[in-house]
Amino acid sequence: MAKISLTINGKPQELDVDARMPLLWAIRDVVGLKGTKFGCGISQCGACTVHVDGKPTRSCSYPVTAAAGKKITTIEGIGTEANLHAVQKAWIEEQVPQCGYCQSGQIMSAVALLDTKPNPTDADIDAAMRGNICRCGTYKRVRTAIHKASKNLKENGVTGEE
Amino acid sequence: MLGFSAQAKGKKEKLVNLANETAAVLSFELHPFIIIDNAGGITLINHRPDMGQASWQAVPMMIAEELEVTMDQIKIEQSTGLRKYGDQLSGGSSTVRTGWKRLREAGAAAREMFLQAAATEWKVSKADCYAEEGRIYHKPSGKSLGYGELVEQASLLEVPKELPLKAKKDFKILGRALPRPEVPSKVTGTAEFGMDIEVPGMLFASIERSPVIHGKVVSFDDTNAKKIPGFRMAIKGERKLPYKALESVAVLADNYWAALQGRKALKIQWDNGGSYAEMDSAKYTAKLHAAATQEAPSYSNVGDVEMALGSAKIVRQAMYETPLLAHAPMEPEVAVAHVKEDGSCEIWAPVQGPDGAITEVSAYLGIKPEQVTVHVPFLGGAFGRKGYLDFVLEAVYLSKQVKAPVKVVWTREDDIQQGPYRPAMLSAMRGGVDANGNIVAFQHTLLGESIMGQVFQSFKEGSPDPWAGEAISHEESPYAIPNYKVGFTRVKTEVPILWWRSVYPSNSSFGHECFFDELAEAARKDPLAARMELMKDNERFLNVLKTLETKSDWNAKLPEGMGKGVAIAKSFDSVCAHAVFVKKQGTGVVIDRVVTVLDCGMYVNPDNVRAQTEGNIVMGITAATKPAITFANGKAQQSNYHQYQMMRIDEMPKVEIHIVENENAPGGVGEPALPPVAPALCNAIYSATGIRVWKLPVDLKKIG
Repeated sequence: MAKISLTINGKPQELDVDARMPLLWAIRDVVGLKGTKFGCGISQCGACTVHVDGKPTRSCSYPVTAAAGKKITTIEGIGTEANLHAVQKAWIEEQVPQCGYCQSGQIMSAVALLDTKPNPTDADIDAAMRGNICRCGTYKRVRTAIHKASKNLKENGVTGEE
Repeated sequence: MLGFSAQAKGKKEKLVNLANETAAVLSFELHPFIIIDNAGGITLINHRPDMGQASWQAVPMMIAEELEVTMDQIKIEQSTGLRKYGDQLSGGSSTVRTGWKRLREAGAAAREMFLQAAATEWKVSKADCYAEEGRIYHKPSGKSLGYGELVEQASLLEVPKELPLKAKKDFKILGRALPRPEVPSKVTGTAEFGMDIEVPGMLFASIERSPVIHGKVVSFDDTNAKKIPGFRMAIKGERKLPYKALESVAVLADNYWAALQGRKALKIQWDNGGSYAEMDSAKYTAKLHAAATQEAPSYSNVGDVEMALGSAKIVRQAMYETPLLAHAPMEPEVAVAHVKEDGSCEIWAPVQGPDGAITEVSAYLGIKPEQVTVHVPFLGGAFGRKGYLDFVLEAVYLSKQVKAPVKVVWTREDDIQQGPYRPAMLSAMRGGVDANGNIVAFQHTLLGESIMGQVFQSFKEGSPDPWAGEAISHEESPYAIPNYKVGFTRVKTEVPILWWRSVYPSNSSFGHECFFDELAEAARKDPLAARMELMKDNERFLNVLKTLETKSDWNAKLPEGMGKGVAIAKSFDSVCAHAVFVKKQGTGVVIDRVVTVLDCGMYVNPDNVRAQTEGNIVMGITAATKPAITFANGKAQQSNYHQYQMMRIDEMPKVEIHIVENENAPGGVGEPALPPVAPALCNAIYSATGIRVWKLPVDLKKIG
């Protein structure tokens, strides 16, 4: 067991967990934030994507001990229905989700992309998003929504993470 | 103050919910799907679990249209499997086409009762009243009453027999691309899936099942598992398939990570029982080919294929193979079950049919259906897999042993390696062309395991499987070829199999439509023109093909290095055709664009029709081009997404989807666009490279 201090969505957390536990399960089962999803456990699908100090990270393969002292952002920290991030607004406008299970991870990857490349090309989108599988096949809309969010962010000023 | 319930007239119930001490809010179930309270709250039931196919919106929309309420005025609740909601299985692309009349009639009935109640209240003629946005208006005076104010009186009325339904031109919401109500929760991580459910006192279970499916537990040692913090116990589990119970060992713990680590630390001795090592893809393929030489029980037998082949100028034959596929929904299998002290059982699980869950769980436990409650959250994908309830019964079994709620979570490896799968099948094709360039004979024998046979243990020897003629029988594929024979031969397997999105057509349309191209080529005809010629007396198919010809600009000269292919299939009452365009690149090809025409009759939400079609195209291309599931020495050779690969965003071609507009009864939308994908793609590959693909998957990077 290990005692880990970290910040999740701006809130300090003190965890007492199995040192080998991946960050994903600490977020879901210990802290109780269910928005980050389990899909494969081997960093192949991207459903577990969170931001660690702003960088997109597959939390299923990231030990909780490595998160000590870091700032974690999950989908819950990106926006709420009352206060949506531009990416979430675009996702709703384009009706991107079907089942929705992969979409937290998709949005986390998309937000990270736009944070570093506000005007991504299709090739930039390919590279940033190819780690996120969608079995329902929403890829066309993911791409359209990223371009839309990029455009809206440019027109309205950037919405930062909470 | 005590609440009470009383039976009102007809089939309606009056339910009392106490809101506060001073005023009771009374809810009235005017119809199982329509609950309205006297404060004006309107709840509509969705009776079909939403697995991404948007039933959560579609079902209430069909009711709301005739009920004359907007989607903003209603709350939606998921049904719990009770019989009063009818058939609650999401599958067969059936929700809109079976609900279209019935659900609209429910809305219309309630509307008519409100009209009558208002007319009675105002002592006016019902003909002078109309319904709009949850209120009844008296046209001459302009006065109105809300449904909440009328519901008590309405609930006392007989359900009317005359139920005028709107014509398409009068629809206010049906046919519109309204935003889906649950999408905001899906983009903020607040939508609840099966994986997210927790109940007080719950234990987490991770189950080690035999790597060779059907293996038996000889012994297990949990010495190392006990050392994991949070470990509670290791016990034998049971995986109840519909036709057989399999053995397993489960670790239960205080959290999922501990359960998984405990399971990995188990030492288990398995008896794999010699014959199950026979589960082997190469061996099964050989069995399929051997069985193709036999006469097959037939669905269609028009004219005399043997005679026609005997006198044909050109005879062709070919064998088309499709492999085992896993459903691999993004949310793996998961279920929470609580078998209680009084013997009743409560289930929280992402199942495709809560009514089937009640039937299976009550039978499994030997209790009455009334003693089982099923809560269905959103499903993180299913594609057929979550209509097979082994994962639910696993949780039930464990909960009964440990007398606590148990959550069973499958790993991705479990999902990929334990099945059930889409069966591997063979299409044995024969055909002939006469001296005048007419296709005169067409024979399709489909071979493989039968879902009716294996899952339901209910196969009639000597008959073709009742479902495997879909899309390929002469009725469903009405090419005016004078000699036409379609049959099915069952070839059993011990590998567990099941329906997978679009079921048999996902296998059979490949051989059917690719071989048609082979005959068209022998007849020296353009493949689209050949189809139109042979479908010229079938208005529906012809219209789809003609529309595709125009929308895809089929007859335009293709640039160097490009190829085009077409395929059409009718399944689940809808007709879909794709034109696929591929481009040679390096040692292979890339898919440039897919143009689709779908005739699904009237629809609820055109944007969702497009979304389902986009999804079918992705799934169809994945199935045609990515490594499949293979068995060797009794085991699945793939374990996770690094081996069982999915199409990713950088491989997505351009797609253009065209929905045929008509006023025909709704056909399916969730599946019909999948079957024609593989054959259209492979026909395009032939067009670009001259190479026929007879076996899926085809590696696009190497087919040059």
